[in-house]
Amino acid sequence: MTGSGTFFDEMYGQDGEAAREPYRSYEAWFHSEDIRELRKKSIEAERFFRRTGITFNVYGQAEADERLIPFDIVPRIISGREWARLTKGIEQRVRALNAFLYDLYHRQEILRAGRIPVELIAKNDAFLPKMIGVEPPGGVYTHIVGIDLVRTGEDDFFVLEDNARTPSGVSYMLENRETMLQMFPELFSRIKVQEVQDYPRQLRRSLQACLPPAASGDSVTVAVLTPGIHNSAYFEHAFLADQMGVELVEGSDLRVVDGRIAMRTTQGYHPIDVIYRRIDDDFLDPLSFNPDSLLGVPGIMDVYRAGGITIANAPGTGIADDKAIYSYMPDIVEFYTGEKAILKNVPTWRCSDEDSLKYVLEHLEELVVKEVHGSGGYGMLVGPAASKKEIAAFRDKLEAKPGNYIAQPTLALSTVPILTQSGLAPRHVDLRPFCLVSPQDIRITPGGLSRVALKKGSLVVNSSQGGGTKDTWVLEE
Amino acid sequence: MLGKTAGGLFWMFRYLERSENTARLIEAGFRMALTRPDGSDDEWGSVLQTAAVADDYRERFGEIEASKVIDFLLRDSANPSSVMSSIATARQNARLVRTAITREVWEAVNDTYMILKQALARPVAARDLPEVLGMIRQQSALVRGALHGTMLRNDVFDFARIGTFLERADNTARILDVKYYVLLPSITQIGSSLDNVQWETILRSVAGQRAYRWINKGEASPKGIADFLIFDGRMPRSLKFAVSKIGTNLRYLEEEYGAPAPSHGLVNDIQTRIDRSNIDQVFEEGLHEFILEILQSLALLGSQISKDYRFLG
Repeated sequence: MTGSGTFFDEMYGQDGEAAREPYRSYEAWFHSEDIRELRKKSIEAERFFRRTGITFNVYGQAEADERLIPFDIVPRIISGREWARLTKGIEQRVRALNAFLYDLYHRQEILRAGRIPVELIAKNDAFLPKMIGVEPPGGVYTHIVGIDLVRTGEDDFFVLEDNARTPSGVSYMLENRETMLQMFPELFSRIKVQEVQDYPRQLRRSLQACLPPAASGDSVTVAVLTPGIHNSAYFEHAFLADQMGVELVEGSDLRVVDGRIAMRTTQGYHPIDVIYRRIDDDFLDPLSFNPDSLLGVPGIMDVYRAGGITIANAPGTGIADDKAIYSYMPDIVEFYTGEKAILKNVPTWRCSDEDSLKYVLEHLEELVVKEVHGSGGYGMLVGPAASKKEIAAFRDKLEAKPGNYIAQPTLALSTVPILTQSGLAPRHVDLRPFCLVSPQDIRITPGGLSRVALKKGSLVVNSSQGGGTKDTWVLEE
Repeated sequence: MLGKTAGGLFWMFRYLERSENTARLIEAGFRMALTRPDGSDDEWGSVLQTAAVADDYRERFGEIEASKVIDFLLRDSANPSSVMSSIATARQNARLVRTAITREVWEAVNDTYMILKQALARPVAARDLPEVLGMIRQQSALVRGALHGTMLRNDVFDFARIGTFLERADNTARILDVKYYVLLPSITQIGSSLDNVQWETILRSVAGQRAYRWINKGEASPKGIADFLIFDGRMPRSLKFAVSKIGTNLRYLEEEYGAPAPSHGLVNDIQTRIDRSNIDQVFEEGLHEFILEILQSLALLGSQISKDYRFLG
């Protein structure tokens, strides 16, 4: 499988002749530049990232192994018109996700209506019975959502997965733009790109808008909760706290004081109103969930249920990330909005279903098989790229626990050129736009995180699997 | 501010100061070895003692050997006070308090770490030592400059400064503690050439040789040097200066928070002890005893500050 001919290239289209409209001025500029100079800029960008400390820790590796996610200096460009269509679809989907979560933890109409099977929820670890009947402040479950999109043609976008739990990567969206502004200021005066730098302010606004009942109201205290300095996304946690101008706390800084969650300051304990947590449900409260967790705050769930704090995203939202639930998203969107889903789903076989399993087992070499609860590109099989041995090994896992897997056709992911030693070369990309939900509105930052598979022909864009990132430009209309 | 953040700032700046102080000690020791090859083993022994790692060194290497001592002080990761370990710890703390410091300060610390990691990847040859040590001093100046030029003067700044000066006071006191015997009116001939070199080394390890010459018209005496290092409020590495800076920054905290804390009383006591004394009195009472008392008070002050401002849970 190579990255040419059969794939839709976002710069050159299907035929590969002239640049597509959104890329026209960029492409003209690119060809007027000295390629050696541009390559120097690439090295400069890397130095910039290292200085800033935009690194991630690789799990299981020593602290010395802070890695950079490779950055490619060729932007991924989306026209204002394309973006307008996408945002409509994203907004609809996010609205439906929140309505779905509210329903699941209240009347469960969708289950009563028989639109999704009860056992899919009842047997799901991501569903938290402790959340049943809880009113999240402002009615918001997913304050921050990342919807992963892929493109296969001029007008064909698909949702690959919904990240309703704790989507990461937004710091790269912001720092990638910062880097591009520093390195190519002249480009931004030539091409009108919609700005993304307002995201931290918007995030703080969205969080502040969801005050818990116990908050006194005159000034809202927000904090970001991180698992700590050794977490792979620590940079992002610190970055967001810093950009919002709020404290970055760990479980060890917090305790329950007078029915509130309070942080240990130099002047005593101070209550927090809204906590943007970057730790999983499981680790949030050792009294309610994993008793071995040292990362969370004992008793935070009781405080939450009593209205003493807002947790963003709300506990239990992970159920909407579930890849088996994903396959029902078109129904879910229709059920809650009364409209057809604007954004398409990738056709999905649920391996729990006997006929589907049979089909999947017969077509393993063509399909992508994923774990239902997996993420980060771990534990998945990309059939067309796998060896006979890998497929055989995966077949055993699949047969042992079919309910743990779903399968999808291998999509012809669009490509965007990257800068290589020999000039531009097409590589597969995906896109994660970031969406903020407040009781008043849903805001989608124009852009997002474009991940790119740096290896020729590869379809896996995850940073843990050798993927890189690009700045994503949405043009002014 | 979080108590943890205050603690992170305090330790970040203690370790930055420590890395610079260790570099200066190596520089002074190296200089001594160049000018007095015969007395240099003793000198490296007292350098290790001043850095409070003499036992660790002996346990690992036994005999004192210049190149081993230098490597141990400069880059050994098993030595928590080596220049490289100190910078790594400072950077780790900087990551922890990333939201409290400006991008400039973070980048200066991160740059320092990256530059030194490369420069100290392998043992440093004697002929490269002056350059490497110079680089360490230069990087410290860069961090300090970023701190002064870009940070708000609030509690964040105060904790950074308290860490800096507590470490500095401690370092100067330890230099005096290890070297007190060369500063005492000795039974050996006063003003022997060995004594002169020793005195020069002391001044070098606090970057005070030039200032001292200007003030004392070129004449060095043990009493003069001890006076300079303990009582001269103009000298940025003297005990008086460092302790008064701790006092000032604790007072700023008191103003900002609207309340004093027990550590403020402790620092006042140390200040009073220094202010009400003079070099003749100290020599009469015993220089060693005086320094020991100061060292103990500084240790107590450090742990009281950590309690007062809730560094730990």
